Amino acid sequence: MAAKTHRVLPGFGLALGYTLVYLSLLILLPLGGMVLKASELGFAQIIDIALGERSLAAFRVTFGASFLAAAVNAFFGLIVAWILVRYPFPGKRFVDALVDLPFALPTAVAGITLATLYAGNGWLGRFIEPLGIKVAYTPLGIVVALTFITLPFVVRTLQPVIEDIETEVEEAAASLGASRWQTFVKVIFPAIFPALLTGFALAFARAVGEYGSVIFIAGNLPLISEIVPLLIISKLEQYDVLGATALAVVMLALSFILLLAVNLLQWWSANRHKNSEPLEVAAARASGGAA
Amino acid sequence: MKKISKGLSALLLGLVASAALADVTLLNASYDVARDVYKDFNPLFQKHWKAKTGESVEIKQSHGGSTKQVRAVADGLEADVVTMNQANDIEFLADKGLVAKDWAKKFPNNASPYTSAMVFIVRKGNPKGIKDWSDLAAPGTQIIIPHPKNTGNGRNTYLSAWAWALRQPGGNDLKAQEFLGKLLKNAPLFAAGGRDATTTFMQRRMGDVLITFESEAEMIAKEFGKGEFEVVYPSLTMQTEFPVALVEKVVDKKGTRTQATAYLEYLWSKEGQENAAQNYLRPRDADILKKYSTFFPPVKTFTVDEVFGGANKAFATHFKDGGSFDQIYQSK
Repeated sequence: MAAKTHRVLPGFGLALGYTLVYLSLLILLPLGGMVLKASELGFAQIIDIALGERSLAAFRVTFGASFLAAAVNAFFGLIVAWILVRYPFPGKRFVDALVDLPFALPTAVAGITLATLYAGNGWLGRFIEPLGIKVAYTPLGIVVALTFITLPFVVRTLQPVIEDIETEVEEAAASLGASRWQTFVKVIFPAIFPALLTGFALAFARAVGEYGSVIFIAGNLPLISEIVPLLIISKLEQYDVLGATALAVVMLALSFILLLAVNLLQWWSANRHKNSEPLEVAAARASGGAA
Repeated sequence: MKKISKGLSALLLGLVASAALADVTLLNASYDVARDVYKDFNPLFQKHWKAKTGESVEIKQSHGGSTKQVRAVADGLEADVVTMNQANDIEFLADKGLVAKDWAKKFPNNASPYTSAMVFIVRKGNPKGIKDWSDLAAPGTQIIIPHPKNTGNGRNTYLSAWAWALRQPGGNDLKAQEFLGKLLKNAPLFAAGGRDATTTFMQRRMGDVLITFESEAEMIAKEFGKGEFEVVYPSLTMQTEFPVALVEKVVDKKGTRTQATAYLEYLWSKEGQENAAQNYLRPRDADILKKYSTFFPPVKTFTVDEVFGGANKAFATHFKDGGSFDQIYQSK
């Protein structure tokens, strides 16, 4: 048996056991308890709670704003990560440290600060409100808060991957005749795309569950700017623990499905490039396309 | 570094010493903004109890959102007494068997040692001429309130406006709901809590009127200056109660019934009532109310029991899922 499954690294059984126990205690146990509690309600009742007019609106706002925030960060976070890795400039370490601040700041502080900044008399709000753009107390404000909160996820996920791409690869592509755009699209982007997806997924997942910062800037108007976590709190205020749990379970299920989809996409794209196309080959292919 | 650790150990020693010196320790689970009231009240009671019985009592405070606090007590937080700002929070504990079913009769005045009233805060000079609830529903007026469904402060506002509409000539529930619909349309946002609403109104300068507790007006004056705003008393508003109760299970287990009862009773003493008045809460004691009459102009109030038949009933009709608040947002 042992001979059959001989592995290079010893201690597989121990490692697997440890992983399973640790994950079970930390994640499965509380989440399982939650699902069990929700199952006191029937499936039909849970669906009923989730499909109410206000719940539906809140799900739209929560997932829509989270998607937008993660997408904005995927684009601008990529640029930030690229610049932080590739370009030396004075004060780089300082700027690099700034990226982590949204992690450290209590989210309520972030929300109150952003609301003050974007309110009609705030430093930013006084300039953009006359242009007809309202941020504080609108769904746009939710996107702004979530973008702030989730920035580090994309940047920190991409940085090590970009560091791993050697400049020689770009030089090779260039010397083989690829244009800059072709080098980016056919060589660099495929290499960082899996990490970009991971960063996007992490940012999205974090945004879906965010409460502290959002409630101070959202405005919390029913059907317009209520998020799902607010509805959960609202149920708790009614001592309706079951209803709150039901909403939480639906939210969890939706998040899990979306994250699973992102993971599959990421796995597919990572494998495609890992197996068939080392970077050097990609470089050659890019130049081939140019020729 | 050394200094800090020295200071810390001194502090720890102090804590241990004070706990060791006290004969009895009481835990008071209270609502968020009660800090000031009890910070001043606790030493008064400690002095009184020491003089009366020779026993020294230590009082610990736990503050948080009212509903969060009672949930913590239900989940096992060993509070001897609860001092809340909503009757239905105490009802919740009564349902769980932690507090006597007739808790409201265990102490005078519906077990609420002091009260407050919902008032309007308007900008200096009252530029929109806001006098009463009807003005809040007028087109072009913006009102700032905390979430009516999720916060006690917001619920009090909602019920005050409802009661006012009900008492108008020809008023009924249907008309009241219609009125609330108009009034809520004038809210550009629902603040996360009472203090967040205050910040939004005073600091971010949003809205024409903030609706909040009378006691909060004095806090605003301290923070932002008296000349920045005016207080308007509507023709009818809610008398908000701050009910207190013994947590029967805990005091029996800890053997602190005598001290905990005395602690709550002392809220009705001259000293306790005076302390409430100094914190801008209306005392029940008529003489002390008179003494502080500059703080507390006469205002016509109703209680939730009179108009809505009790806190639980009001909550069920208006703020439960599918209640009148939800109906207003579904008809759109």
